[in-house]
Amino acid sequence: MSDVVLHLLTIVGVLAAALTIAAGLIWGERRLLALWQDRYGPNRVGPFGLLQVVADIIKIFTKEDWIPPFADRAVFVLAPGIVFAAGLMVFAILPVTPGIAVVRLNVGVLYFLAISSLGAYGVVLAGWSSSSKYSLLGGMRAAAQVLTYEVFMGLSLMGVVMIAGSFDLGRIVEAQKNLWFCVPQFFGLLVFFMAGLAEAHRSPFDLPESDSELVAGYHSEYSGMKFGMFFVGEYLSITVISALIATLFFGGWLGPVLPPVVWFMLKTFVFIGGFILMRATLPRPRYDQLMALGWKLLLPLTLLNLLITGAIVLAAR
Amino acid sequence: MLSILKGIWVILSHTFRRRVTVQYPDVQPIMPPRYRGRIVLTRDPSGAERCVACYLCSAVCPVECIALQAAEDEHGRRYPEFFRINFSRCIFCGFCEDACPTYAIQLTPDFEMGEYVRQNLVYEKEHLLISGPGKYPGYDFYRMAGVAIGGKDKGEAENEEPPVDVRSLMP
Repeated sequence: MSDVVLHLLTIVGVLAAALTIAAGLIWGERRLLALWQDRYGPNRVGPFGLLQVVADIIKIFTKEDWIPPFADRAVFVLAPGIVFAAGLMVFAILPVTPGIAVVRLNVGVLYFLAISSLGAYGVVLAGWSSSSKYSLLGGMRAAAQVLTYEVFMGLSLMGVVMIAGSFDLGRIVEAQKNLWFCVPQFFGLLVFFMAGLAEAHRSPFDLPESDSELVAGYHSEYSGMKFGMFFVGEYLSITVISALIATLFFGGWLGPVLPPVVWFMLKTFVFIGGFILMRATLPRPRYDQLMALGWKLLLPLTLLNLLITGAIVLAAR
Repeated sequence: MLSILKGIWVILSHTFRRRVTVQYPDVQPIMPPRYRGRIVLTRDPSGAERCVACYLCSAVCPVECIALQAAEDEHGRRYPEFFRINFSRCIFCGFCEDACPTYAIQLTPDFEMGEYVRQNLVYEKEHLLISGPGKYPGYDFYRMAGVAIGGKDKGEAENEEPPVDVRSLMP
């Protein structure tokens, strides 16, 4: 009985935390970008402008929710839901502490890869169902980009899996007791971070959106809360990927003095900051440059990393 | 690749830079004294209106936002009967200030002129006239110029020679 209650509490807690962080990032990103551009950002509503999130949510809920008459209605409505749900589903496997995890899958890494590819459907369907050329171009770009970067997003994690000897995220964290995987798997981390940027359609790899060429890319035709779902979905995937970087490469909940939850959150927030730092720094590459970087640099790098890691693991056995 | 890392480092170093934003309604910006903001009509040191209603400001105004009507008091001093500036048209170019022969019309650094009703942007003389001399504290047009008014005849102005009788041959 109490087991069920505990489980439900965990689910609600993780869900609430994920949504709070994702919504809070609306404010956090703007504040951080402003900090790095020598501005203040939103600081008028409430302490440090924290209530900006509430104001934005009220605004986006009360906006007109318009569906273009030329759109494919059913798919158009479904698409933001897919993005949002896919973003949330990955949170289920995150081991926040040794005890707190919604589910401890023995194929956690595979589950993440599968679900995050599912999120691409939302984007592609949004672009397709909008019946707008800009949306379609955005959707196409998203499809090609996610396909490309998924290849070595998966491969870059295989090094970690090899060393830890398990797909289970909890086991992977425990295997980092002595040495965080960011050291032996440095290239894996590098590639995973870049693939994560591409996976979350984050600047500088935000070509599916690329405001300067495609209006707003795949969500050009969206308004109101449907747009909000894409918006929060993007922040959800940033949070997920940051949490995964913390889990897979920086020892998850491991750390001295402070409780495990704090360590996990702290590491996650650092990488969220890293995502925003990338946006503050780098301009968007051309589409062919994005593809060339993926296939010609990152894929060989990943394969090489995999080969060397494999050889070392084999030799050490 | 190195340039990317360098760029990231530069952006990170901005974390500790001073922010350039002036938090305006809380912190009032310091405007330069010559800033061209709200237009005022000034008075001379004796407290009388400086404006002599010569129409030069109204004539030079590129958007024709200044309207006035000249009048003359019992001492022979000219003054504007009404003086109206439509600030919804004014472009704050400062030509009126340049054209004014008596330093009467002046632009001030005040820029907070927002209104909810457009009609309120039409300023009448009582809104424009201030009690002080503005940027030129000592200047009094009628005490400098050789115009005869009540209480001051020709030749009695500052630095002015007594008038010469041009029909006389005597030096």
